[in-house]
Amino acid sequence: MKSIIQLVVNGESVEIAVEPNRTLLQLLREDLGLTGTKHGCGLGDCGACTVILDGSPVNACLVLAVQARGRQVLTIEGLAENGNLHPIQKAFVDKGAIQCGFCTPGMILSAKALLDTNPKPSETEIRTAISGNLCRCTGYQKIVEAVQEAAEVIQSTEVS
Amino acid sequence: MEKQFSVVGKRLPMVDAAAKVNGSAQFTDDLTFPGMLHGKLLRSPHPHAKILNIDVSKALRLPGVKGVVTGAEIPDRQYGIVPKARDEYALAKGKVRYIGDEVAAVCAIDPEIAEEAVDLIEVDYEVLPAVFNVQDSIKEGAPVIHEGVANNTSFAIRKEFGDVEKAFAESALVSEDSFYSQPVNHAPMEPHAAVAQYDPVRGQVVLWSSTQIPFFLRRNLSATLMIPESKVRVIKPKVGGGFGQKIDMFAKDFCAAWFAMKLGRPVKFVYERDEVFIVTRQRHPMHLTVKTGMAKDGRILAQQFLSYADGGAYNSTAPTMMALSCFFLMVPYHVPNLLYEGYHVYTNKPVGGAMRGHGIPQARFAVERQLDLMADRLNLDPADVRTKNSIKAGEPHPGGFVINTCGFAESVQLAAEAIGWKEKRGKLPFGRGVGMGGASFPSGVTNMSHISSGAVVQVGQDGGVNVLTGAADIGQGAETVIAQIVAEVLGVSLDDVRVTAADTGTTPLDPGTFGSGVTVRAGNAARIAAESVRKKLFECVADELEANPDDLVARDGVIFVTGSPEINITFPKALKAYQYKDLPMPLVGRASWMADTNEPTTLFTQPGNFSPNYSFMTQAAEVEVDTQTGKVKVLKMVTAHDCGRPINPMLVEGQLEGSIAGGMGQALYEDVITEKGQVMNPSFLDYGFPTTMEVPEMESIDIETDDPVGPFGAKEAGEGTQLSPAPAIVNAIYDAIGVNFNELPVTPEKILKALEEKKKQGV
Repeated sequence: MKSIIQLVVNGESVEIAVEPNRTLLQLLREDLGLTGTKHGCGLGDCGACTVILDGSPVNACLVLAVQARGRQVLTIEGLAENGNLHPIQKAFVDKGAIQCGFCTPGMILSAKALLDTNPKPSETEIRTAISGNLCRCTGYQKIVEAVQEAAEVIQSTEVS
Repeated sequence: MEKQFSVVGKRLPMVDAAAKVNGSAQFTDDLTFPGMLHGKLLRSPHPHAKILNIDVSKALRLPGVKGVVTGAEIPDRQYGIVPKARDEYALAKGKVRYIGDEVAAVCAIDPEIAEEAVDLIEVDYEVLPAVFNVQDSIKEGAPVIHEGVANNTSFAIRKEFGDVEKAFAESALVSEDSFYSQPVNHAPMEPHAAVAQYDPVRGQVVLWSSTQIPFFLRRNLSATLMIPESKVRVIKPKVGGGFGQKIDMFAKDFCAAWFAMKLGRPVKFVYERDEVFIVTRQRHPMHLTVKTGMAKDGRILAQQFLSYADGGAYNSTAPTMMALSCFFLMVPYHVPNLLYEGYHVYTNKPVGGAMRGHGIPQARFAVERQLDLMADRLNLDPADVRTKNSIKAGEPHPGGFVINTCGFAESVQLAAEAIGWKEKRGKLPFGRGVGMGGASFPSGVTNMSHISSGAVVQVGQDGGVNVLTGAADIGQGAETVIAQIVAEVLGVSLDDVRVTAADTGTTPLDPGTFGSGVTVRAGNAARIAAESVRKKLFECVADELEANPDDLVARDGVIFVTGSPEINITFPKALKAYQYKDLPMPLVGRASWMADTNEPTTLFTQPGNFSPNYSFMTQAAEVEVDTQTGKVKVLKMVTAHDCGRPINPMLVEGQLEGSIAGGMGQALYEDVITEKGQVMNPSFLDYGFPTTMEVPEMESIDIETDDPVGPFGAKEAGEGTQLSPAPAIVNAIYDAIGVNFNELPVTPEKILKALEEKKKQGV
C-alpha cells in the first residue's frame, strides 16, 4: 500500500506516493529521474548512491523513501548554482579527480558534507570522510587533492 | 624558438568532466524508455550438471511477466571473443558448467516481478562430478567439462628459441621456483547493464551496453541472434570502469536483445553486484614454474616456463591471454634462450577473462619475484640485476621484437633514486623494507580479427570540429586524448573539438578498449584524418599566403608560414576561404590505421614483432609490516614510466595511480574465494579492494621518449603499470621481514604464519 510523502529535493518540494519498501535511491532515480545518484551495490558498501540528507551524507540505497518524509535531500544535480559548478565540482574537473565518473557524484557529496562541517580538514580527515566511497579507477590520489583544493577555494572566497 | 605543441602534452581536464560532476553523464542503467521491461536471469546452483527439464509455466503465469526464455529456444550458436575459442551460449544448452551459469531469462514489467518469476522456474538437474582446480582437471578420467576437449585443456602453447639446456649448463646459478597468482575481480563501480530496443518494421536492434568493445559485441550479437551485423546497432553510453571485464558479451546483452525482438518493447537488464563478482570475468588464477639460468654477474642466460591458467568454465579470451602471458616474458629483459609451455584449463568455476595486464601480471609477478630471489642467492643488488638485463632500443631482440624506444634501464634507476634504494635496501629496521618490479607492455597491437581503427574528422563552417571514432572511452579518457590529438593537428583549442564515439551505427570500425590500443591505434587514425583535413586547408590558403603548402603550420587558431609567423591567416578565415572557393563543406578527412606488425599467431613458431611500440616501467615500493597483526602498510609507491610522449600527463598520472591501487589489491587483499565452485565473497565488503585509507603516497616519474610510431610519440599508459606493483610490494616485504612469498595475495594470516615459522627456526 502506497503512502504519500512530502520531502524537499534540491530545494524543491516534492509530493509523491511510494511503496513502503521503496528506497530513497529508487525514488530519486526512478520516480524523479535524478540518475546522477548511482546504484553500485545496493548494500551500502560502495557509496556511489551517497546523497546529503539534512546535512549528513547517507547511502540512499539504505534509506527507505518514507524515512525521507519531511526532510531535505541534496543530490548531485542540486549542487551547481545557476549553471556554475560548485568549487568541489570545479576542483574535481581541474585536478583530474574523475575517470569513469561513476563514483564521482557520491564522492563529491561526501566531500561537501565534510567541508560544510569542517572547512579546513586535514588529509587524514578528508581520507576518512570519503573512505566509504569506493573508486576503482583513480587510486584516490587526485580525489584527495581535489577536495584539498576545493577547501582552499571555498575558504578564500568566504574571506574575500 | 617555437614551442613544440599547444594541446598535446598539456594537463587538460577530460572533455566529459563537467557531465561527470553534475550528474548528467548517462550510463546504461540511467537510460529509460516508455514501456520498458526488465529482465532477470536464473542461474545454476550447481557447479556441473545436466539440465533434464525446465518448467517455466508457473513463472509465465505470474502477473506482470511478459516472457521467459531458456537455452532450448535460442539458436544453436556459440559465441566468444576469440573466434576459434567460442564455447559459450547466452543461456545454457543441456548442461551448466559453473555456479552462476545462465539457465533461463525472465522479462517483466518491473525488476521485482522478474526476480519473483525467476524463483518460480523449476529445473531438474542431474548433478555431475565437478573439478575445482587445475591439478584435478587435467587428470586422466577427470569429468569432461566441454565435450571433445581432452584433459579439459582448451588451449596449449609452446614457444622456444635458443638452446635452454645448453645455457642452463653454462649458468653460474640455475633456480627453479613456483608461483601462484590468485583470481582477482575487476570490480568496476558500474554493474554491467544492457538496454535493447527493436524496430519491427526495419528489423533493427539497438543495444545500449556497458561494453568496452561495441564492434565485437555487434558481431557476437549478430552471430547469436542470427541477424546481419547491419541490423544490429550497439551504442556505448558512459561506462563506469571496465578493466577488461566488459570485453565479453554477456547473457544480459543477448537476452535484452532477444526479448526486445520477441516482445517489441524496450528491455533492460542490470546485473546485481554479486553477479558482477560471480558471473562476469576475473583475472585467471595461474600456476607458473620458472627456471632461470644466470651468469655470476646477474645476466639472464635462459628461462624456462611452465604455466597453467585456471580458466573456469569457459574460454573467454584464453588464447590471447596465454599468448600475451608468454610473449611478454621477452621484455623488459634480454632473455637469449627461452622455452615456454602454457596450458589453459577448464574448471567448474567462475570464468577467467581479460583483466588489466591480461595474463601478464601473473607472469610478471613470478619473474620479478624470482629475479630478487636469484639476486639474493648471487649476492647482487636486484636493481643492478634489472638494469643489467634491460633490453635496449634498436638492438636485435632475441624474439624478433622491434624496440624503437626503451626507457627501462632509466626507469629502474629513477625509481630506485626516488624510493631511496641505496640508503634503504637491506638497511631499514626489521619490519620495514623497499622492493621493486619492472615491466613492459604492448600498445596498439593487431589482433587477428578487427585489427584497424577508423576515424572521421569533420570541420564545420564556424570552425567546430567533430571527430567520429569507434574508440570506447570507459573512463580512461580515450575521447579526451583523441580530441587533443585532433586539436593539435588542426591548431585549434580542445574546446573546439567534439568527439562522437562508440556507436556502431554512426562511428567507424574500432576494436575497442583492450590491449592498451586506443591512444596508439585510434589516436593514429584520428591524427591522419585530421592531417588530411589540414592538408586540404593548407592547399587552399597557400596562394594567399604566397607559400608552399608544405611550409605551413597550424597552431593556436592560426595558419602561418614556418619561420614567419607574421604571414598568417586565422583558422576561421581559412575555412571561409575554403568555402568561397566553392569547395564542399563540411571539410572531411578520414583515415584508418593498423599496426605494421606480425600476425600474433605466427610468433609461436617464429620470431616476429608483436606490437608497434612498447611501454616500460619500474615501480618501487616502501612497506611497513606490522609484526603483531601481520598487516602490511604500503607507505610509498614510485612509478618511473616510459609511455613515450604523454598526450595528457594528468590523465597518465591518473592511470598510474589507479594501477597502484589495483596492484596493491592484487598483492595484499583481493582474492575471489571459492568453495566447491561457490564464490564466498561476492560483495565489495567481503572482497575488500583498497579504499582511501590503504593507498600509499604516490610519486610518478615520466621518462619521455619520442616514439616514431605512436601519435606525437605516445605509447600506452596505465595497463603496463598494473604489472609491477604487486611484485614490488612482495619484494619489499622480503626486504622488511626476510620472508619470500611466492603466492598471492600476501595476507596478514600468511605473514603471521611465516613469522611464527621463522621464530621456530630461530632465524
